[in-house]
Amino acid sequence: MRNKIYWVFLIPSVVILVFFFLFPLLIMLYYSFLQRGIYGGFEPIEDVREYIFSFAWVKNYIRVFDSLYVPIYLRSIYIAFLTTIICLFIGYPVAYFIALKVKPENKILYLFFIIVPLWTSFLIRTYAWILILRDEGLINLVLLKIGLINKPLPLLYNEFSVLLGLVYGELPFMILPIYASLEKIDIGLIEASKDLGADELGTFKRVILPLTLPGIVVGVTIVFIPTLGSFIVSDLLGGAKSILVGNLIQNQFVVARDKPFGSAIAFVLSSFVLILLYIYRKIWGKEIEVL
Amino acid sequence: MEELASFSSQALVEIKGISKSFNNIKVLNNIDLTVNKGEFFSLLGPSGCGKTTLLRIIAGFEIPDSGKVIIDGIDYTDVPPYKRPVNMVFQNYALFPHLNVFENIAFGLRYQNLGKIEIRRRVFEALELVQLVGFENRKPSELSGGQKQRVALARALVLKPKVLLLDEPLNALDPKLRKEMQIELKKLQHEVKVTFIFVTHDQEEALSISDRIAVINRGEIEQVGTGYEIFEKPRTEFVANFMGARNLFTGVLHRLDKHMVEIELPNLVRFKVFNNKNLKLNSGEFKFVVRPEKIFIRKTPVKNQAFVSIPAIVESKLYYGASTRWILKANGFSIFVEEQNRGIKLKNEFSPGEEVYAVWEKRNMVFLEA
Repeated sequence: MRNKIYWVFLIPSVVILVFFFLFPLLIMLYYSFLQRGIYGGFEPIEDVREYIFSFAWVKNYIRVFDSLYVPIYLRSIYIAFLTTIICLFIGYPVAYFIALKVKPENKILYLFFIIVPLWTSFLIRTYAWILILRDEGLINLVLLKIGLINKPLPLLYNEFSVLLGLVYGELPFMILPIYASLEKIDIGLIEASKDLGADELGTFKRVILPLTLPGIVVGVTIVFIPTLGSFIVSDLLGGAKSILVGNLIQNQFVVARDKPFGSAIAFVLSSFVLILLYIYRKIWGKEIEVL
Repeated sequence: MEELASFSSQALVEIKGISKSFNNIKVLNNIDLTVNKGEFFSLLGPSGCGKTTLLRIIAGFEIPDSGKVIIDGIDYTDVPPYKRPVNMVFQNYALFPHLNVFENIAFGLRYQNLGKIEIRRRVFEALELVQLVGFENRKPSELSGGQKQRVALARALVLKPKVLLLDEPLNALDPKLRKEMQIELKKLQHEVKVTFIFVTHDQEEALSISDRIAVINRGEIEQVGTGYEIFEKPRTEFVANFMGARNLFTGVLHRLDKHMVEIELPNLVRFKVFNNKNLKLNSGEFKFVVRPEKIFIRKTPVKNQAFVSIPAIVESKLYYGASTRWILKANGFSIFVEEQNRGIKLKNEFSPGEEVYAVWEKRNMVFLEA
């Protein structure tokens, strides 16, 4: 019995998880099986037996795969994929530089620069990008002034601005886990590699990259998943043309007032992510304990 | 390989005027050193003396501020580590945790344009050398300290380097295993006939394992010589002290004639010594040491002219099993005596406070350089 006392300390987190995570999720799951009422809200169910056996409850899920929406999903996956790749290719060199090239006493300063934007609301930072990118924005103003262009570049409300906003927002979440895994590498291993005949590139390929794989996997995961469901960036920087699955869900709740359909899309999206994570785990799980 | 077999005294590694500072602190000061082909050479010194930095300069991990590293006649001072004919065994082994034993050993071979079959053959040859056949599929995390040590050795030796650098490789092992690995290392070096440069802070280890030793202190070489020379004929106070010759005396020398000098230990004793070649000194103050095991305790002074007897008082006794160590006081001066316990029965039982004589043979005195 004396070993059981530690369960007491788990109670707060269990309570939070159950009431604020599991419970709302179950409500949403329930919603996703209902039908939208004429004025929003829900269509009352008269006969539960009949409702179940008529398969009326799967209507939302069938609608999710309507050809009207499929391009949106594909675009969302494409954008999320692209964002993740760009973040990886920008984030890895940055993490590498801070972990291995910066003097130990200066590392904290560089990390501070990466973290400090997170102190401001993401919404506000995204608005700031509008000020930078719009026709009368900072970039166009400067370029016009120095005469490099004679009419403003279309920087805002297109795929470019959405990608830029997403990469900007997610970059710290790619850099930090990769930095952590680079920081863990024993310098002796890098020296041993060079001692045994590997040059800088060989050392990177055969020692550093394999040892930072856990960081890359974590970074890719925590960038890809939120990007897939994001809606703020595409809403503010993408204009009306570039709608992502996140916007689609948001629209169902806020604009179309179709909570059941919105819930159904959200659940399909979550299932998709879970399946991806499962495949991911199948591939890397043996080597990487974080999954 | 034939030429290495005969123990030639051909210079292989030449260190010429190497200096190195970190943050304006001088770590190595104008080091000159020559290591011969096929030698087991040790760099011995206390921690922070610069011995590891010197090794890392030979390996190419540090670039010296001045001076040259010449290996087999070629200047390698500015050549990156991956182009040097030397390999290193790291203090904490530095085995690649993501690779198994086979891949760890094969790591460097992949840069030597060898076929798959040849790589396999060489790896198994190395595994055999360190007696680890059957372990090739294990990950480093599944090996004991001693086994990791062997993999690190195999990984470096498989490349057939001209020089193998070992940075306190036995430090992480427990004392018993450490002794075993010392013997094995010596055997291994004999077998592969590669020049070893071995860094250690352990005097006994250096003595038992090396052909020659360089004693380093505060970034400078104090003395280079065989274990015997370093141990029995220390040239400086530091070497004497570091090798455990704790009885340092300051005497005054009076030259009597061409063949005879008189040595005076102020307020203690005066005695005559035949001029020998160790005693190049002119009249004046000088220092000499007598090792603790070369002093013995007598109740009466020894009359024989070959001996020196100093009146002293027994202060304390420490029983070590194989030996007994005494501390005597002579006119405020501590004399350390170590006596081997050759018989089961203890002889020479003295009690603290007793008046005795510390006696040594004159030829066992080692005169230090000024």
